[in-house]
Amino acid sequence: MAALPKRIIKETERLSKEPVPGISAVPHDDNLRYFDVTIDGPAQSPYEGTLLPPFGGVFKLELFLPDDYPMTPPKVRFLTKIYHPNIDRLGRICLDVLKSNWSPALQIRTILLSIQALLGAPNPDDPLANDVAQQWKEDQNQAIATAKEWTEKFAKA
Amino acid sequence: MDSDDDFNSSQASGDDFLDDQDSDLGLEDDSDFDMDQDDVGFESQDKDMGPRKQAYEVDFKVFDPQQIQGSQDRQIDEVSSILGQPPEATAILLRHLRWNKERLIDRYMDNQEEILESAGLGETAANNPPKISKVAGFVCDICCEDDPSLDTFAMKCGHRFCVECYRQYLYTKIKEEGEAARIRCPGDGCNRIVDSKSLDLLVAEELRDRYHELLTRTYVDDKDNLRWCPAPNCVYAVECGVKNKDLMQIVPTVHCECSHDFCFGCSLNDHQPAPCALVKMWLKKCEDDSETANWISANTKECPKCNSTIEKNGGCNHMTCRKCRHEFCWMCMGVWSEHGTSWYNCNRFEEKSGSEARDAQAKSRMSLERYLHYYNRYANHEQSAKLDKDIYLKTEKKMQQLQNTTGMSWIEVQYLDTASQALQQCRQTLKWTYAFAYYLARNNLTEIFEDNQKDLEMAVENLSEMFEKPVDQLQGLKVDMMDKTSYCTKRRVILLNDTAENLKLGNWEFNVKFS
Repeated sequence: MAALPKRIIKETERLSKEPVPGISAVPHDDNLRYFDVTIDGPAQSPYEGTLLPPFGGVFKLELFLPDDYPMTPPKVRFLTKIYHPNIDRLGRICLDVLKSNWSPALQIRTILLSIQALLGAPNPDDPLANDVAQQWKEDQNQAIATAKEWTEKFAKA
Repeated sequence: MDSDDDFNSSQASGDDFLDDQDSDLGLEDDSDFDMDQDDVGFESQDKDMGPRKQAYEVDFKVFDPQQIQGSQDRQIDEVSSILGQPPEATAILLRHLRWNKERLIDRYMDNQEEILESAGLGETAANNPPKISKVAGFVCDICCEDDPSLDTFAMKCGHRFCVECYRQYLYTKIKEEGEAARIRCPGDGCNRIVDSKSLDLLVAEELRDRYHELLTRTYVDDKDNLRWCPAPNCVYAVECGVKNKDLMQIVPTVHCECSHDFCFGCSLNDHQPAPCALVKMWLKKCEDDSETANWISANTKECPKCNSTIEKNGGCNHMTCRKCRHEFCWMCMGVWSEHGTSWYNCNRFEEKSGSEARDAQAKSRMSLERYLHYYNRYANHEQSAKLDKDIYLKTEKKMQQLQNTTGMSWIEVQYLDTASQALQQCRQTLKWTYAFAYYLARNNLTEIFEDNQKDLEMAVENLSEMFEKPVDQLQGLKVDMMDKTSYCTKRRVILLNDTAENLKLGNWEFNVKFS
């Protein structure tokens, strides 16, 4: 593999030196483009665990920086099961900055912050998981209850 | 020969049309439309005065890439002088409003700031040209390089990146994503669009060509009255005034320079006389296997125990499932043992529901047969159309042979070529008449249509048969064949005129609703 671009080295350094509260991203030793990520569910959202992080409400993700990063966006996917209208069963995320609104001036940290914000503000009008979105629209309370239940069940350390 | 005349006339009318199209105002589209109605009205009188146009033909004009570029540049220049903006900015504005000149001028006069902002031009597009510069203490947000000798670039939005990253960014956008008219500043959330002057400054020759090619492409894509010819590797675009809303009244088949006939409304191959919506529905119907399901529901039942699909092809009502050995009555689907031994007819079967079930089955079977009737004929002509290439090649060979064996000259064997082309064209039309007929409600018009269809089909089959004759007989058939060719072409014109006129007047009644 070609040498790691300065941009990625700098970003990695900054992620470990000045971590974003509630978010961690650690590269694999054998592949510095592959990151293990955790995001804490935002407070007052159904993704906040009854046990606080690191014991509950912690979601695992994987993040990969493709060869042409930062010209193309990183690939991010939830590994922890999550009940959310914009995240499907395979953990794929529907988020504009990961697709058409990607800018090379964005960074890993900004992307992860956007994902955290998405947890705090689900958007059932632009769904990826249709069944979840429908439930969200028809009976929001029930949907939120299910999301909480899933958080309890799956998002723990 | 008749077909050639028609063909020429449509071309010629297309050319007349060229001159007044250059100014290219949206308004003119409507006048074209009126114009061709006039043509129909005067048709009988001014035969020698002007080109003749059939009711089923539409006016169109084919553009080559230079012409497309030219008309694009002309419009940019014109608007640029009206707005007092440099051509680069004007081009962005025009693309932003999908080349609607009037709307752009209106909105520009209304609120200059707003339109510039929304087109990504920000502030006022002042006169200082974009330039590459070195900035002390600069760190590129994309590559994190901070070398003071770094060349940097920023548009008026002030988002500054190093030239290398900018280039890489543009390369990705143009080469990989095929974007051109709406490439935004790489800055996060910045909506400013990279204008072509900045682009020319930044990128390599080869990429610039691709960029301009893509820009031209968006010009055609954005204009409602322009459409690319869908034939593979064809570089021409066709201009036609037919609007989307007219597509239930008119079937705008156009003929590209590359000799491909296609529908201006939907880009599919020529499908006259059937309107686009009908074609779409028909193709979908033929594609999905809902008809298989229909057949299954008409002819089979499921085993009440294991749900295997069973077709009863004879015998009594005492069924034994092959799979699970379940015994049941075909009529009431109940367990056979409850019928006792003396039953042959099942009297547990209620008269009313029985007749309903029978009706439903008969109906389903009928609609299936009706569909198959039309589909088989449609598919047959499609198949023949696919064999056209073979026929054409064979024809060429026959023409060669004829020239060699009988000493006929090249021009004397051209009738075979004409006949073969007429045959192809008629089959294409016939094919779609069956899809058309499938959706027609039964009335007097339909009867006339079917008569026309029958005449054309008979003529086509007669001509087709002649083609199969051995070469030595072909020579004797020349006059007959030319007659038949001309007859076929005429029948086709009559059929298409009849359908097109009634379509325009909204006279056809369909048995479905088209969306």
